Amino acid sequence: MSGAMANLEGGTFIQAESEIAAINMVLGASMAGARAMTSSSSPGISLKQEGISFLAASELPAVIVNSMRGGPGLGNIAPSQGDYFQATRGGGHGDYRTIVLAPAYGQELVDLTRKAFEYADRYLTPVMILADGMMSQMMEPVIFPDPVNLSELPSKPWILDGAKERPSRIIKSLILGTVAMEEHNWKLARKYEAISREIASAETYMTEDARLVIVAYGTAARVAKGGIKRAREMGLKVGLLRPVTLWPFPGNTIREMGRLVKDFLVFEMNTGQMIDDVKLSLGGKSNVHFYGRPGGIISTPDEIAKVISSLYYRQHLEED
Amino acid sequence: MEKVVFKRPKYMKEAPFHYCPGCGHSIIHRLMAEVIGELGIGEKTIGVPPAGCAVLAYDYFDTDMGEAPHGRGAAVATGIKRTLPDRIVFSYQGDGDIAAIGTAETIHAANRGENITVIFVNNNCYGMTGGQMAPTTLLDQKSTTTPGGRDKNRDGTPIDLSEMLAITRGAVYIERTAVNSIKNIRKTKKAITKAFKVQMAGLGFSLVEILSPCPTNWKMSPIDACRWIDENVTQTFPLKVIKDETG
Repeated sequence: MSGAMANLEGGTFIQAESEIAAINMVLGASMAGARAMTSSSSPGISLKQEGISFLAASELPAVIVNSMRGGPGLGNIAPSQGDYFQATRGGGHGDYRTIVLAPAYGQELVDLTRKAFEYADRYLTPVMILADGMMSQMMEPVIFPDPVNLSELPSKPWILDGAKERPSRIIKSLILGTVAMEEHNWKLARKYEAISREIASAETYMTEDARLVIVAYGTAARVAKGGIKRAREMGLKVGLLRPVTLWPFPGNTIREMGRLVKDFLVFEMNTGQMIDDVKLSLGGKSNVHFYGRPGGIISTPDEIAKVISSLYYRQHLEED
Repeated sequence: MEKVVFKRPKYMKEAPFHYCPGCGHSIIHRLMAEVIGELGIGEKTIGVPPAGCAVLAYDYFDTDMGEAPHGRGAAVATGIKRTLPDRIVFSYQGDGDIAAIGTAETIHAANRGENITVIFVNNNCYGMTGGQMAPTTLLDQKSTTTPGGRDKNRDGTPIDLSEMLAITRGAVYIERTAVNSIKNIRKTKKAITKAFKVQMAGLGFSLVEILSPCPTNWKMSPIDACRWIDENVTQTFPLKVIKDETG
């Protein structure tokens, strides 16, 4: 990236001294109108949270990539999905949300990165790409779309570029008055409602006749697909629902599916986080099971197939 | 015909200052607004206000202003300046902001030679939160967290941030001034002017540390607070050009 940015017209790459400095450089660059991003892995993302809260409060676009590793604490550097709560519940302080996109394929890393910048500009809010150590160290062929025509990007009539022939502008998040602060909180809440309506998305795979649906995202979803293929070979009617947006969570898709499917298996590379959102979506109307592998363990498709088959027969899903 | 000898500088908004009587912030704001006007850079200046007493600086400067989290002024200013290299970018920070929570961001911005100007207002305490000890509090000076005075063994010694910054290779101009007398106010204005000129010439990192009275938290009259700077603060933080590589 350092080399690529240097070769781009107007592109700038800065190696910051810390994650805190990096997110605040992004804050400044965003104020000045640049499309700006920063990336790190779990502990570094914790350090960025104050800045992410400021971006959300100040309504500034930015993209943050979190390539999740094992935690808590220093944990390890193996792939994990332990930061789901942190990513989807705001992470930093205050009443805000972060758009969270969960790529599962190399191509999606490309496509969702572009989408992340589009969402950030459209909704004036930070967007997180939540990947993991597996995705970040994997090579896959990808097709890069044509470069964005910079002149076609949405105009930003709010940036700080010097008050020439216009009144001076302020970008801030300090709102001392309680009435004004409440108004700002509700304004943000309305924006988050709109985002929830407009961009929630999920991929479904072999769900048409499924009696058991696995809900998994990112690397876990890829492993789950392999497990589903094997289970299908055994004649088990299993499908996958893969949230692509983790916030907003594709709750409606899951709710609709819950009309027909009575058993869901949430598979995560943690001890159980997204399962809360699945349960909220289903409202207690279906059985929600869980299989998790924290610590940087990557399940194999065979392992998932075994989990599927034992659950399938335990729930008597083979019966008509 | 009437002759105007004193008026609000062009780049000050028409807002009454919220600062305590005898506080140095309002003098420093005014000096900066004058300098920005005199240098003709008001339409291309972007300021970064701090957390602390000067958090509302955006209500006073009539230039674009973008707020930074506590201590991160130099990093936010870096992001703005790297995006718009032909604009003039300043960060305005107190001693708690710059010499405690924001030390790392400041040192590395200086070390990279970021072409920004930092105005560092040193009142030897955390003013807004009620006068707690800051890294810059003098030895034996009383604060709410050092009621018996700052003790070297327990609390450490005042930090010479400007001198520390001066040894970075990217820092071009660093001067320590004060606003406790007419003479020192004039010198401060000269230093601020020079710091902005360093940036306009693209030379690198410039910083003016300004010793500023805090009568409220020092529990002194404004006049005594000005005297205290001469008799005590400058003994620890001498007024001088700390680094000047502009020549």
